[in-house]
Amino acid sequence: MTNELRGAAAIVGAVDAVSPTGVLGRTDAQLEVEVIRGALDDAGLSIADVDCLMTTNGMMGSLELGERLGVRGRFTDSTMTGGSSFEVHVEHAAAAIAAGLCEVAVIVYAATPRGAKNPFAGGGPGIGGKDSALFQWDLPYGLGLPAASYSLAAQRHMHDFGTTSEQLAQIAVSFREWAVKNPNAYHQDPITIDNVLASPMVAEPLHKLDCCLVTDGAGALVVTSAERARDLARPPVYVLGAGTAHTHGMSISQMGDVTTTGAAVSGPQAMAMAGVTPGDVDVVELYDSFTITALMTLEDLGFCAKGEGGDFVADGRLGPGGSLPTNTNGGGLSYTHPGMYGMFVLVEAVRQLRGEGGDRQVEGAEIAVANGCGGVLSCTSTIVLGTEATR
Amino acid sequence: MPRIEPPVTPLAEPYWEATRREELVAQRCDPCESFVWYPREACPGCLSADLRWAPLAGAGTIYTFNVMRKPGNPMMGDEVPYVVGLVDLDEGIRMTTNIVGADPGSLRCDQRVAVDWSMELSDGRRLPVFRPTDD
Repeated sequence: MTNELRGAAAIVGAVDAVSPTGVLGRTDAQLEVEVIRGALDDAGLSIADVDCLMTTNGMMGSLELGERLGVRGRFTDSTMTGGSSFEVHVEHAAAAIAAGLCEVAVIVYAATPRGAKNPFAGGGPGIGGKDSALFQWDLPYGLGLPAASYSLAAQRHMHDFGTTSEQLAQIAVSFREWAVKNPNAYHQDPITIDNVLASPMVAEPLHKLDCCLVTDGAGALVVTSAERARDLARPPVYVLGAGTAHTHGMSISQMGDVTTTGAAVSGPQAMAMAGVTPGDVDVVELYDSFTITALMTLEDLGFCAKGEGGDFVADGRLGPGGSLPTNTNGGGLSYTHPGMYGMFVLVEAVRQLRGEGGDRQVEGAEIAVANGCGGVLSCTSTIVLGTEATR
Repeated sequence: MPRIEPPVTPLAEPYWEATRREELVAQRCDPCESFVWYPREACPGCLSADLRWAPLAGAGTIYTFNVMRKPGNPMMGDEVPYVVGLVDLDEGIRMTTNIVGADPGSLRCDQRVAVDWSMELSDGRRLPVFRPTDD
């Protein structure tokens, strides 16, 4: 039996605001308005059509945003799961729309950690208060940088499966090949494996070029019912499947097997709902906070077996012309990363399925997988998107 | 060495008091007999609140580790490179800690380690860190 959520809702508006300088020069609140206006224009809708807002920013974020924008919601979501928040929002929006709880949902994110010179200003409420487990049981040991937790996963993946720094570096190289084709990318110069390996170690075994950027950025999505989507400005991008899974909070000591993320649950669930297998997927947009995040996510989503990710990526298949085009905007490693990159995987997936990818368009892309990953490998959310032909 | 000094919550006070005596303890669930790390209100295995403090032998293996070349917080700027490890204690719990007393380049996953009490906080509490053993 086909899941009734499959194809019930569509993304009809999608924009982001990103600068190759990494700095946008506007406040988060200004950017929120700018990208919401942009996404509604993209969809051919107006703010008066919106009956649901979803955001991570601030306390009671969706309520405060509604007050500022003059939106009175009849469904609302301020769920904050770090970088996977926006995939979770799409999942919740699709479910709410399918259930008739709302009709037009706007999802928004804006953060300016680079302009504000605060790498932790990635949006959402603060984490790591003094009574948190992270503060009490991890931070005294100097596990403060995000790279620190991910390097622990990388080290164990190397130990268990023989994954190499060269293989991880190839991921950064392949995503950079896409960024070369993206005029908004922060990094647009090609790199080599040797460049990655020669970049300074941050937290061994991760080098600086294994780590994502810190940039300003913003994005917004408009989600509505399949019925309404057909009458709008752009080709609908249908939500074919969705799944979310979390394994722990901010303490990676509580993750269990650090080489397997929640995508091993959220991915198969989303693909089963969509009725697709990894072999059906034309383009992948995934959360690459670090090269190891991308590698484990590809395994967990089923594009290769657990432990075979290193060999899988080594031939450059993730890059332009490869057999599994992945992170076609350049990813968090080369395009943008304001702290919660999950918004940008969705915006790029929509672009690809509409054929708006320009120089980096994947020919004939009909099915895309967008995968968010939040916390420290803590929560993944997988969205399978498709064109009209796939619904 | 300067460290982020965690607060002593009422829940974790017995743990911190034991560290002053260089004793490593953790909660143990009475019904299911599993050890619990970090201190919490109920057993994550069975949700029982019947937890009591029990001694740990202080021996385990390195599950994974890194070598911090940039400090995790500004206080530790003079300490790099240092090693953060996840250590699996023989009682079945996994702790975040530091691996000390060895060349970082010599460390391996699954290596045996034992507790070391050399890391003292300003109020006399100690952070358990671990060093490799010969076996």
